[in-house]
Amino acid sequence: MFVQFFLRRLMYVIPMLIITTLIVFSLILLIPGDPAVALLGENATEEKIAALRSQLGLDQSILAQYWNWLGNAVQGDLGRSLFTGENVSQTVISRLGVTFQVVLLAMFFSFIFGSVFALTSVLKPNSFLDYIARFFGVLGTAIPNFWLAMILVVIFSVQLGWLPATGFISVTQSPVDFFKSSLLPSFCLGAFGAAQITRQLRSSLIEVMESEYIRTAFSKGLLKWSVMWKHGIRNALLPVITTIGLLFGNMLGATVVMETVFALPGMGQLAVHSILQRDFPMLQGVVLIMVLMIIVINFITDIIYGLLDPRIEFK
Amino acid sequence: MIRLFLTKLYNEKLAFYSFVYLIFLILLSIIAYFFAPYDPDVQDLSNIMAPPNSEHWFGTDELGRDIFTRTLIGGQAAIQAGIVGILIPLFIGVPLGVISGYVGGIIDDIFMRIVDAVLSFPAILLALAITGALGVNLWNAMIAIGVIFTPQFARLSRGQTLQIRREPYVEAAKISGSGPIWIMMNHIIPNISSPIIVQASFSFSLAILIEASLSFLGMGAQSPQISWGGMLHQAYSMIFVNPLMMVFPGLAILLSVLAGNFLGDGLRIMFDPRTSRL
Repeated sequence: MFVQFFLRRLMYVIPMLIITTLIVFSLILLIPGDPAVALLGENATEEKIAALRSQLGLDQSILAQYWNWLGNAVQGDLGRSLFTGENVSQTVISRLGVTFQVVLLAMFFSFIFGSVFALTSVLKPNSFLDYIARFFGVLGTAIPNFWLAMILVVIFSVQLGWLPATGFISVTQSPVDFFKSSLLPSFCLGAFGAAQITRQLRSSLIEVMESEYIRTAFSKGLLKWSVMWKHGIRNALLPVITTIGLLFGNMLGATVVMETVFALPGMGQLAVHSILQRDFPMLQGVVLIMVLMIIVINFITDIIYGLLDPRIEFK
Repeated sequence: MIRLFLTKLYNEKLAFYSFVYLIFLILLSIIAYFFAPYDPDVQDLSNIMAPPNSEHWFGTDELGRDIFTRTLIGGQAAIQAGIVGILIPLFIGVPLGVISGYVGGIIDDIFMRIVDAVLSFPAILLALAITGALGVNLWNAMIAIGVIFTPQFARLSRGQTLQIRREPYVEAAKISGSGPIWIMMNHIIPNISSPIIVQASFSFSLAILIEASLSFLGMGAQSPQISWGGMLHQAYSMIFVNPLMMVFPGLAILLSVLAGNFLGDGLRIMFDPRTSRL
């Protein structure tokens, strides 16, 4: 039964892969005029333009171009950087670690802050803590993360001097320095997530606590905490799994801004640099790898949801 | 009609004031050209990085330009992004969604797979990539924002259409000989407009946020065009010298995004009183 469910979800992923790769490939079609001229600038020689045209395969039909590009991409060959000549897939993969570490820490912050706020909010409705939690829930979704980052840099780097304003140290080099260098970026990245999880978990907890099986549990004489833990949280966490999957994609996108602010050498910064340098193969590489990661994460959260929610039947 | 709308909205205090704020912001950013206390581009190098004072309410930047004036005019870029960011999905996403839901079958399958695929891209990254391909300027950034919002509107309108396409009034119109386009225009779209308006309100504020992010990265409004994101980019380079420069453009973004969100929340409760308040 489960195998069938798994395979059906997998079947759903295939058209996603085809369409997303088509979109990433088509980005080059959006460049107005002749992409080779646009990428090299007006002063490029005829030879250079011709060379780039054949490198990008622009002299072939669009379908053939897509097919070649996809064929190479499947084998891990995403072309070469127009700017440095580096291998695109290797460069993107080498940036993966930084982004992944920061996003994971941000996810951790989101989940911890989000759950604590939601729980205090639901346990004591309309209390002072509830208002604080709701305030952060509203603020976190509206504050521009780069502005929050600037405020925190002024407080913790400029005024207090506790944390570095820029730079990154990998967790494999020094866990303590990693935490110091990614505390601010992860916190700013996680603020939106924390607010989302607070809102989501709060409303699903309220919904669950009003349900009949909770009333039954109370009428059995169980303690509030025990009901909350055994019946409330476990059921309310289900929709949060989906939220976490969505947040992952959101955070990967937001690293574009955060990594630029904090000068972290990750995928987001690479994306911004590639646009500034008109390095199109590199940009396509970053976008492709990110969207593939998101499709995998969404697939996994779908499967986990299916495993945990007894209401989903594997038919 | 408008009066009824305003009276009902007035019951949702926060949403009403947010609405008033947004209208005020639009008017202010337009008349700022004529009534602003200073010329936004005139430099006064004898008076740089002044803190807020009675002459320069928000202080001056590193070239001695008046931040109050620049914040007012920067609102134009934000408002434009918000409007273009919802007009594109309203005119492309909603019709696609309604057709998809009403016609169903293979068209629906294809449309919805495309929608799912676009939605799996991180919004900011896709907007950035589209802007990068089209050419970096504010107009292309706004188009990119509209494009990335389109699938969400398509999915929402499709879901709503599925809910009402078997309603008696739709069936009646069909039996009386109305064509599918007539039915979609006159029966489906008017009846699914409430959730779409709510979505538009949230998208408006998200568009302002994304425009600010893109301009902050240098991928949106280009100098000398003024935008809040661009002002924050400037302030960031001066962060060790004068942290005060970042306060007001940031607050402007925050307030405008909050207003759009509050308006959306209020409209949702107004259209569907059963939904709970957050």
